[in-house]
Amino acid sequence: MKTRLKNKIIGGAITTLSALSVVLILAIIIIILVVTIIGGKSTLSWEFLTSFPTEGMMKGGIFPAIYGTALLVIVMSIAAVPFGTITAIYLSEYAHEKSWLAQTIRFAVRTLATVPSIIFGLFGLGFFIKFVGGGMDNWFLGGQLKWAQPNLLWGSLTMALLTLPVVIVSVEEAIRTVPRELREASLALGATKWQTIWKVVIPGSISGIMTGTILAVSRGAGEVAPILFTGAAYYLATLPTSLSDQFMNLGYHIYVMSTQSSNVDQTLPIQFATTLVLLMLTFTLNLAAVLIRSSLRRRVK
Amino acid sequence: MNSDLVKNKFVFTADSLKKKFRLSEFLSEKIITSVAFLSIAVIILIFFFVFRESLPAFKHRPKATTEQQKVSAGNKPESYGSSEVSAAEKKPETYGAVKDSSVTADEVNPDASLRPAEGAENEGTLGSLFSNEWFPVSENPRYGLIPLFVGTFKVTLIAMLFAAPIAILAALFSSSFAPPWLREWIKPAIELLAGFPSVVIGFFALMVMATFLQNMFGYETRLNSFVGGIAMALAAIPIIFTITEDALTAIPDTYKEASLALGASKWQTAVFVILPAATPGIFAAVLLGVGRVFGETMIALMATGNAALSGLNPFESVRTLAATIGAEMAEVVFGDMHYGVLFLIGSMLFIFNFSINAIAEFYVKGKLVKKIQGK
Repeated sequence: MKTRLKNKIIGGAITTLSALSVVLILAIIIIILVVTIIGGKSTLSWEFLTSFPTEGMMKGGIFPAIYGTALLVIVMSIAAVPFGTITAIYLSEYAHEKSWLAQTIRFAVRTLATVPSIIFGLFGLGFFIKFVGGGMDNWFLGGQLKWAQPNLLWGSLTMALLTLPVVIVSVEEAIRTVPRELREASLALGATKWQTIWKVVIPGSISGIMTGTILAVSRGAGEVAPILFTGAAYYLATLPTSLSDQFMNLGYHIYVMSTQSSNVDQTLPIQFATTLVLLMLTFTLNLAAVLIRSSLRRRVK
Repeated sequence: MNSDLVKNKFVFTADSLKKKFRLSEFLSEKIITSVAFLSIAVIILIFFFVFRESLPAFKHRPKATTEQQKVSAGNKPESYGSSEVSAAEKKPETYGAVKDSSVTADEVNPDASLRPAEGAENEGTLGSLFSNEWFPVSENPRYGLIPLFVGTFKVTLIAMLFAAPIAILAALFSSSFAPPWLREWIKPAIELLAGFPSVVIGFFALMVMATFLQNMFGYETRLNSFVGGIAMALAAIPIIFTITEDALTAIPDTYKEASLALGASKWQTAVFVILPAATPGIFAAVLLGVGRVFGETMIALMATGNAALSGLNPFESVRTLAATIGAEMAEVVFGDMHYGVLFLIGSMLFIFNFSINAIAEFYVKGKLVKKIQGK
């Protein structure tokens, strides 16, 4: 009788403790959201979103940062989505599951997903800016400095490497949900493998490609470490017009405003509002991805 | 003629059954395969280039010694006493970090002309990597990595002490105790936390959490390894949770059913059967969490205080390896010693993360599979 009671108490304690952990995590999420909303909502307005910073970034809006972030994720997606999709197609359609090449690629993708983001920044600096950019300047511009410095292109490509695994994983998951029968039917009708992939597999996994793109965009919009020295600028009076321009970025803006600026306290509302914009952006994108993905899973069932 | 056609159509010969060569098929397969190589190539390139850029840290030595020799040729008495001088010089510099301007002005100026040479000989070399001082931009630069390592390990330890138990318990709840409808909500909700940009978590830690925790515990420095550790725990929790949850749900139902059939209660099954069976997976989850915290840059930059102290007090400011790269790379001269040392730190981070991932991948997964299959 005594051991049964003891068992019941321990059981209750463990269940409660584990439930509390879940509650704690959810509470943290809600607290972060609520604090940011309360801190930022009075400053947040249409004007804030569409105007330039003024008075040495003490007042005004964050339009250049939003614009720069948008350009960054667009160029990044153009680079990451096709390459990620093709890799996923290779892994699921061409490679044999057990072949060493497929295994190595999978290992590389997972490694890429866990490499710290700052390493991508270093790589962008060492490879894109110094090696590729320096090489381009030497070969095409005769040593004139144009590409061997931080800019939009190098920042976006660095970010594309970071988000590549995100795309690969989502697309592969979606491709696997395309029923085998559809492929077999297509092949039986005389379509070649590539025709089957192009006309059957890719259209069938378009929602996965979308999820992957959305997740990649959300990740790319939020990461700061990779662009610290590959393209982000503290303040720019004009919007970037070409790939060789530097750009402002929401996350970098938050970082510099809260740590490097001379009067952090005065600009606090701007910082909170910027954080709110970034958080809402990534939050909405993630939510969209979760919804698309869950509807996809339901379709499979 | 006619019989030929019939033959071609209906009789399968070895030749007619052969796959027809189509250029488009051939090309598409080759292109797709070579694009798939990209991820492998990127890993190799990262390794190569980050390591290559760290070479200035190693190359610097001969140049420094030749400079030293030139100086010592014209300045013999001084170079003999160099070991004593540098030992004495170390002190004011350390205090100088606390911005005691009167002391540094008095002590440093008289022999300012000598300092670069002395520094090049004693400190600005590889040997100084193992020293206890990180003063990369002083006149007498020292690149001691020990405080950075101590800081990183401290923050990682604190983060894991918070993140691991919470995340594992939450995963246990989600996989074993929660009803199915609740489970379908918990997982995506916690994964939303993974979508929070680290700069947002860093900002939250810097502006809200640091003040809150300081009021609660009453320590002196507002930003320290404790605040940074907890903030990083927020980044690590979703990773540990997701992987642990996957590992727990991957345990075959037969385990659970056998345990329940023997009369064990729900919690006993969860704690004594499912949890032990999933240990390798949980170990992998914690490892990947460690990897995430170890390389986290923005949170470390914003919430740890960024002072390269090597004490063990958790309420002291620290500077992590990744934050050092993030804070100083923008200000270095390309190709000099400091630049090389920062890349060296980067290669260390990369190798560390690569090994962690490899361990999680091969050792742990192999073990998990064996355990489930009962071999």
